[in-house]
Amino acid sequence: MTDRRLVVFAVGNESRGDDALGPMLASRMEPYLPKGTRLIVDFQLQVEHALELEGAELALFIDASCISEAPFTFREEIPSGRSPTFSHALEPKAVLAVARRLDARPPPAFVLGIRAQSFELGEGLSERARSDIEDALAFVRDLLGELDVNRWRAIARGLSLQ
Amino acid sequence: MASSLETAENRGDLRRVVIDPVSRVEGHGKVTLLLDEAGHVREARLHIVEFRGFEVFIQGRPYWEVPVMVQRLCGICPVSHHLAASKALDHVVGAAAITPTAKKLRRLMHYGQILQSHALHFFHLSSPDLLFGFESEVGRRNVVGVAETYPEVARQGVMLRRFGQEVIRATAGKRIHGTGSVPGGMNRHLAAEDRDALRADIGQVIEWSRAAVELVKRLHRSNPGLYDQFGAFRANMMSLVRDDGAMDLYDGALRFRDGDGDILLDGIPDAMYRSVIREQVKPWSYMKFPYLQQLGPDDGWYRVGPLARVQNCDFIPSPLAEAERREFIDHGNGSPVHATLAYHWARMIEMLHAAEVLRDLLDDGDLLAGSLLAGGERRLEGIGIIEAPRGTLIHHYEVGDDDLVTMCNLIVSTTHNNQAMNTAVREVARRYLDGRELTEGLLNHIEVAIRAYDPCLSCATHALGKMPLALELIEADGSVAGRLVRD
Repeated sequence: MTDRRLVVFAVGNESRGDDALGPMLASRMEPYLPKGTRLIVDFQLQVEHALELEGAELALFIDASCISEAPFTFREEIPSGRSPTFSHALEPKAVLAVARRLDARPPPAFVLGIRAQSFELGEGLSERARSDIEDALAFVRDLLGELDVNRWRAIARGLSLQ
Repeated sequence: MASSLETAENRGDLRRVVIDPVSRVEGHGKVTLLLDEAGHVREARLHIVEFRGFEVFIQGRPYWEVPVMVQRLCGICPVSHHLAASKALDHVVGAAAITPTAKKLRRLMHYGQILQSHALHFFHLSSPDLLFGFESEVGRRNVVGVAETYPEVARQGVMLRRFGQEVIRATAGKRIHGTGSVPGGMNRHLAAEDRDALRADIGQVIEWSRAAVELVKRLHRSNPGLYDQFGAFRANMMSLVRDDGAMDLYDGALRFRDGDGDILLDGIPDAMYRSVIREQVKPWSYMKFPYLQQLGPDDGWYRVGPLARVQNCDFIPSPLAEAERREFIDHGNGSPVHATLAYHWARMIEMLHAAEVLRDLLDDGDLLAGSLLAGGERRLEGIGIIEAPRGTLIHHYEVGDDDLVTMCNLIVSTTHNNQAMNTAVREVARRYLDGRELTEGLLNHIEVAIRAYDPCLSCATHALGKMPLALELIEADGSVAGRLVRD
């Protein structure tokens, strides 16, 4: 894959406990990002993020996850907007679906969800999240070693079978 | 203006319907309805179910950090907090009057925020209900559904939003955690290349904004029975206005009008807000209920935000938006417009005004040069008020001699609208739900009324899987008669 073809979205609020996992991991992984990667850190995913997918060959969304039982999960995301929106924010699959409808041609996209449990304003990361982010960082460093969609899919499938 | 349906008698004998959380609003709120055996609504409440703790978060911090850190309170309108805190702390550094260049840069940032926030709300949060119908297929009633069926509408919404975000980036330094505004002024000019890029697009932005006003007017004309009556109730109004009565979303003095449109109070400077506004506490909600002190809690509550602002001012100081305001006022036939869905019409008029203000500011050379900072005698207290996208936002700080914040009081727009949103829920429940078998579509009427206010209930907590929707019908004995969960 050539330069500037990976776009990474790191989502969360650094002042809301484990909601900070996305931005904090982004900060830690920045030295390992391939040259030209577009890194977008924001509180929430919004419609205009669909435009950031233009021209990318691979997308990675990183966010705190309340539904993960493992320290982190990694899965491919398919564009979909069939479920209702509960917030001003969009889910990754809805951003992809908006991109498709706006002819921004979303690339294959993956979601890295890091286990989260506490979201209080002014809190730091929970003890468990501090451990989980280390696991997630080791994982993502390996992931970024080869930007090959088939490899990422194999990794996602492998994790889902565990 | 006391509202019925707030608290039912014999609450333990009634069935309970819970909408938890309300969708397409920010933060965690829920609605509970208590029904008797015949399905008549006896109680309806919008609850805010988490305590925000803003003030604790800020107390003890150096005052000069506050304009940056308050942006973390809210992922939806961080710029509003950034500027309201800066305005308050201008007083602390003795700069009640900042330089012309700094004021114009802050205005540019603020009207960029108004534009992008209003675009997001109308095109992507409310248009699914308005374009498809409140009871349309739920899986389609979202931004992706709009993009499928009305791709040009969706595209314009995205592009308006992006333009506003670019204005913020150019003035604040970055889209989130901006550092542009500081106590006493600004710390950067607008770069000439950013000015040129924004000027190249502003004509199109104005045209899209005009089209948005036309779209919302078409919706009103298509179904006046719905748009003029849905969630309509008489209410007082509050907003900032300029000293000549003009709409001003960045600065001004507080004005209150009653439900007939007569001015109750005018020219209240920001430092006097505590002498006119009180806050009532109710045992069933974390969010307080503000009211105009002279009228008391039963009659003194008020609306804020676009519907109040467009009618509270005497005129809008930009020609296209002023023409639209006049048409809006004429629609009321001599009385204020109180229908909840008129929030959308007013919001689009404000978006057009914001675009016009941005166009005019971008032609002003002061943005590129001139003194950025003012100062003066250090003070221990500062109050800043701004008209955020959702309505009036008040920041109030006391700062010790050691520069640490000792007291912080924030009244956010959604808190001002707390009673109005509850009243809207009750009006809609009474009109559309009473005595009927409840469906998702009928319950969505409640959510449509709440969404019109664009509430931000807790600010910026977000994570994958955090917000499933549950609808529950609970019998009087506590058993769950029905439950629908979407995740």
